[in-house]
Amino acid sequence: MAAILPLHEAVKQFIQDGDTVALEGFTHLIPTAAGHEIIRQGKRDLTLVRMTPDLIYDQLIGAGCASKLIFSWGGNPGVGSLHRLRDAVEKQWPHAIEIEEHSHADLANAYVAGASGLPFAVLRAYAGSDLPKVNPLIQSVTCPFTGEVLAAVPSVRPDVTVIHAQKADRKGNVLLWGILGVQKEAALAAKRCIVTVEEIVDDLQAPMNACVLPTWALSAVCLVPGGAHPSYAHGYYERDNRFYQAWDPIARNRETFTAWIDTYIRGTADFNAFKAKLASTAEAAQ
Amino acid sequence: MSYSTSEMMTVAAARRLRNGAVCFVGIGLPSKAANLARLTSSPDVVLIYESGPIGAKPSVLPLSIGDGELAETADTVVPTGEIFRYWLQGGRIDVGFLGAAQVDRFGNINTTVVGDYHAPKTRLPGAGGAPEIAGSAKQVLIILKQSPRAFVDKLDFITSVGHGEGGDSRKRLGLPGEGPVGIITDLCIMEPEAGTHEFVVTAIHPGVTREQIIAATGWAIRFADDVETTAEPTEVELGALRDLEARTAAAHGQVAGEA
Repeated sequence: MAAILPLHEAVKQFIQDGDTVALEGFTHLIPTAAGHEIIRQGKRDLTLVRMTPDLIYDQLIGAGCASKLIFSWGGNPGVGSLHRLRDAVEKQWPHAIEIEEHSHADLANAYVAGASGLPFAVLRAYAGSDLPKVNPLIQSVTCPFTGEVLAAVPSVRPDVTVIHAQKADRKGNVLLWGILGVQKEAALAAKRCIVTVEEIVDDLQAPMNACVLPTWALSAVCLVPGGAHPSYAHGYYERDNRFYQAWDPIARNRETFTAWIDTYIRGTADFNAFKAKLASTAEAAQ
Repeated sequence: MSYSTSEMMTVAAARRLRNGAVCFVGIGLPSKAANLARLTSSPDVVLIYESGPIGAKPSVLPLSIGDGELAETADTVVPTGEIFRYWLQGGRIDVGFLGAAQVDRFGNINTTVVGDYHAPKTRLPGAGGAPEIAGSAKQVLIILKQSPRAFVDKLDFITSVGHGEGGDSRKRLGLPGEGPVGIITDLCIMEPEAGTHEFVVTAIHPGVTREQIIAATGWAIRFADDVETTAEPTEVELGALRDLEARTAAAHGQVAGEA
């Protein structure tokens, strides 16, 4: 059964220094508030897994929480580079970070394998690509029936997965819809799973075949309205494209980035305080 | 009607998408060209995005690969794992439509790194869905602006394979798809030469000279024996493209043409 907890409690209880953590959400439902809370609590030495690191991992990497990144596409969607990721890889700031790089098809299959309790995933991939030359974990396996040589990659089995969803009920059953990415697979591949939600309701009213994660498969459910900003929550709010654009100059140099983290994340008590500070800054700028 | 070289590129790319084709679309230029095709010559083209939408019909261009607009206008939205497993690897994609940071003469793509991988000069975003799209789609189209920095003699890193080392490279690698069949740029269209699979110029956009193309290519680019001149964009094509860009700019709060 999932415990309904405040986010700071869930992060404190379920995410430890050195853990392998997947904060998933493919452009949609990115669990930003949970990322902020990890920074506030000063978690260290995390191995971060995410297909698209996005702003959430740019922040965690720049804030010094990560020692390793497992990913498949690391840009600021529609804008350009993730400057903190690049600074860590190119100039080892704030410290060196190990990268383990895959393709989307590989990581998506690796999450499916993780959720399936398998040690590795099999897919038709990478022939002719240089990625296996720089990632020794990309191996091959020969089909025992046809002799075809296929790619074999280790499954993703995080210590903790964090996702954001639209709704939970009071027992902690979770409903999500829209672009689902690999959230369900990431949730079921992990030893522990935290879900932040837009609202908690009496009855999910989930249609048959809807994507519902039962409470008994989760560790904690946290009510964090707006917790996916600047990504979006289908049916609740749209993607804040302007924030993605504004992030570029903030993250471009170390001083502006650190000042932003100190003011908006370390300088706020929780996600509600962060939202209030962001809103008051936006108001002052008008 | 006057038009820009970028508009010519997008229109020329859109014309390559056959009506009814099932197209796996990358974000940015491929998405713009694929949606222009859907709004003009190929209304029944099926657009699939790696985030999960199948049959997306967005009225404005997505800024990210997983915009809500794609989900809302799609025939169905499936998990990302399913997109890659059932629909791409399952052999149901006619055309993979890709952008690139760099290409070489065999249509191999680099989106990973400039310089040494372990001590990069420039770290690029990485693979995304492209390696398996390049491998498994029945055909691949590549769209990018032409410059010596983008069209290079030797890639520092092959992220997604085109025709490998040329010749029967793809066959030897056991790749199911035919590989890239066209590179559409703001100057010209290149297609693989029979046998060598080296990309040669087969059509030049109006007003562009061979010297411009040679200067914008990092290898000794060759021209096919019979080089066509690309037909200018029609009023219908330009009107549809500009309306699409204006709608997109209004929706995302950008300057027209920026998306």
